[in-house]
Amino acid sequence: MSHFIGKRLVQMAVVFVFVSMFAFSIIYFSPGDPLYLYTSPSVSVYKMTDEQLEDMRESLGLTGNAAQRYLNWAGKMLHGDWGLSVSNHQPVKKQIMDKLPNTIGLMGAALLLSVILAIPLGLLAGSYKNKWVDNIISGISYLGISLPAFWFGIMLIIVFSLKLGWFPSSGMRTIGVNSAADVVRHGVLPVIVLSVNNTAVFVRYIRSNTIEQREEEYVMTAISKGVPKIQVMYRHVLKNCLLPIITMVGMNFGTLITGSFIVESVFGWPGLGTLCMDAINSRDYTMIMGITMLACIVLLIGNFLADILYGFADPRIKRGEEKENG
Amino acid sequence: MGNILQVENLSVTYGTHTGEIQAVRDVSFTIEEGAVTAIVGESGCGKSVTSKSIMGLIQKPGMVAGESKILFRGENILAYTKKQWDSYRGQKCSMIFQDALTALNPTMNIGRQVTEKIMAHEKISRQKAWQEGIRMLKLVGIPNAPMRMKQYPHEFSGGMRQRVMIAIALTLNPQLLIADEPTTALDVTVQADILDMMKGIQQEHGMTVILITHDLGIVADCARHIIVMYAGKVVETGSAEDIFYRPAHPYTKALLSAVPRLDLEQGHLETIEGAPPNMANPPKGCPFADRCPRRLPVCGKEFPQNTRLSESHQVCCWLQRGSE
Repeated sequence: MSHFIGKRLVQMAVVFVFVSMFAFSIIYFSPGDPLYLYTSPSVSVYKMTDEQLEDMRESLGLTGNAAQRYLNWAGKMLHGDWGLSVSNHQPVKKQIMDKLPNTIGLMGAALLLSVILAIPLGLLAGSYKNKWVDNIISGISYLGISLPAFWFGIMLIIVFSLKLGWFPSSGMRTIGVNSAADVVRHGVLPVIVLSVNNTAVFVRYIRSNTIEQREEEYVMTAISKGVPKIQVMYRHVLKNCLLPIITMVGMNFGTLITGSFIVESVFGWPGLGTLCMDAINSRDYTMIMGITMLACIVLLIGNFLADILYGFADPRIKRGEEKENG
Repeated sequence: MGNILQVENLSVTYGTHTGEIQAVRDVSFTIEEGAVTAIVGESGCGKSVTSKSIMGLIQKPGMVAGESKILFRGENILAYTKKQWDSYRGQKCSMIFQDALTALNPTMNIGRQVTEKIMAHEKISRQKAWQEGIRMLKLVGIPNAPMRMKQYPHEFSGGMRQRVMIAIALTLNPQLLIADEPTTALDVTVQADILDMMKGIQQEHGMTVILITHDLGIVADCARHIIVMYAGKVVETGSAEDIFYRPAHPYTKALLSAVPRLDLEQGHLETIEGAPPNMANPPKGCPFADRCPRRLPVCGKEFPQNTRLSESHQVCCWLQRGSE
């Protein structure tokens, strides 16, 4: 097991370095200049001299060629210094960490909701393949896959906020109110929008898995032992159906950070999505890089955890490692 | 001894997009208690479907026709309720599947798969069931049984896995054991070991066994009675002597001559020309007529009635009806 983990950690480090180089070069080659913000008369009231501009360029780490700038940034990053935001001169790390819990809370709730909804629905649809139950569930999940998040979000706001007034339309807290219940009330609509797509994908996946597993011969064996069918379902089929879900959830970990861009914008949720959108609009290189790298780390960790968990859940995988260890 | 099982007019069809496949057509036979009866025939002749019907394992799109009857000790099991089926399966009648790798659940340890059966039928503690499981594994010749109980199917060799399968089938001492090609997936040497082991247990317990196979070598070794199936029909039944020494149906004869033999210098291996008929649209007459070397004009028109050649020997062939 330790051999396996060690190997994966090395792989992850390599992927991480490549992602950082790639992200850095995309930003480097994209048009626009952060200093524009300070010099453009329409944005800023200050008029800077060329000397002042050069000073500023230096203080922001924007001098030198791409390699120099990358190494400079990467070295600091490794020491925990994520740099200052180009646009507001506050530490990037602190700004990200301030917003991170908001996004993780939102996405975690959405992912959890998806899994909780998708497992019974998928199993039900798969068990009653092509019956009316399945047709309804499959139909809705197709709808869920194709619903654009921004449109669905706006529809929910119109119905539940404007017409019915059940939930607030935007933000995370009511000003002056400081309670968990208030945050939850604000979170309901965005969580619904965020989970619809995932739920639909998970349902399709679990459904097809269930159909496949039910036709496996071991199901026949279990029935031939005289085990009632319902027990065969939850003792044999269920576990084998749900094993791949571990991988799916692990792969979805990355969306914990990034998946909420649109939804956060629609609902004015003060999370990483909003932060990143602002950063992109203002060419805030350090901020974009910070968020990108964070998303990368979370994605890698998610996949890593999924692999380890899968190893515990599926006996066939453990054996492979024992063999490797000799 | 009497008959433990009586199959009467069994028909099984499978609805598919291309039409209804008539897998088993109006099949009747009996199984003598305490003996080994072999059902032989080539792939797709309906032997597996027949055995699955006896276990109540025909699943959609498969359908057992309404007029079919399977009498187990005089009771029509096709009229069973779900609960009756659950208590019949495993306890009275048990089945060994062909490929133990797919027939065992890959993510459940062997112990649980064995004890699951015991606990489905008897009110017994988990520990006691576990002990019984260990006893069964020992019985089928699996060394180190207590440790093996905790292992998973992929940790067993093919032969050992099939022994596990057999141990599960033998648990609770069922009265009828159906072995569906129990050794087809194994090496020849392992095959012999497992067959010997099964024969020993069968004789010791006086168990009734239905052996489904296309391997006539195995049949000659173990079976007292033989049922020959072709294209969803029983074409000949008889004792092993009847079938091997006095085969009456041209298909049985062709099948026997296609067995490779080391004691004769044949030079080349006999084969049966042609292919079995399409079961979505089976011929009206004898299904073997198109491949039969001794075909009569009537063969293509009507399926021949059963002809009783002796106490034990019956055949469905126009050639024999003519000689009556």
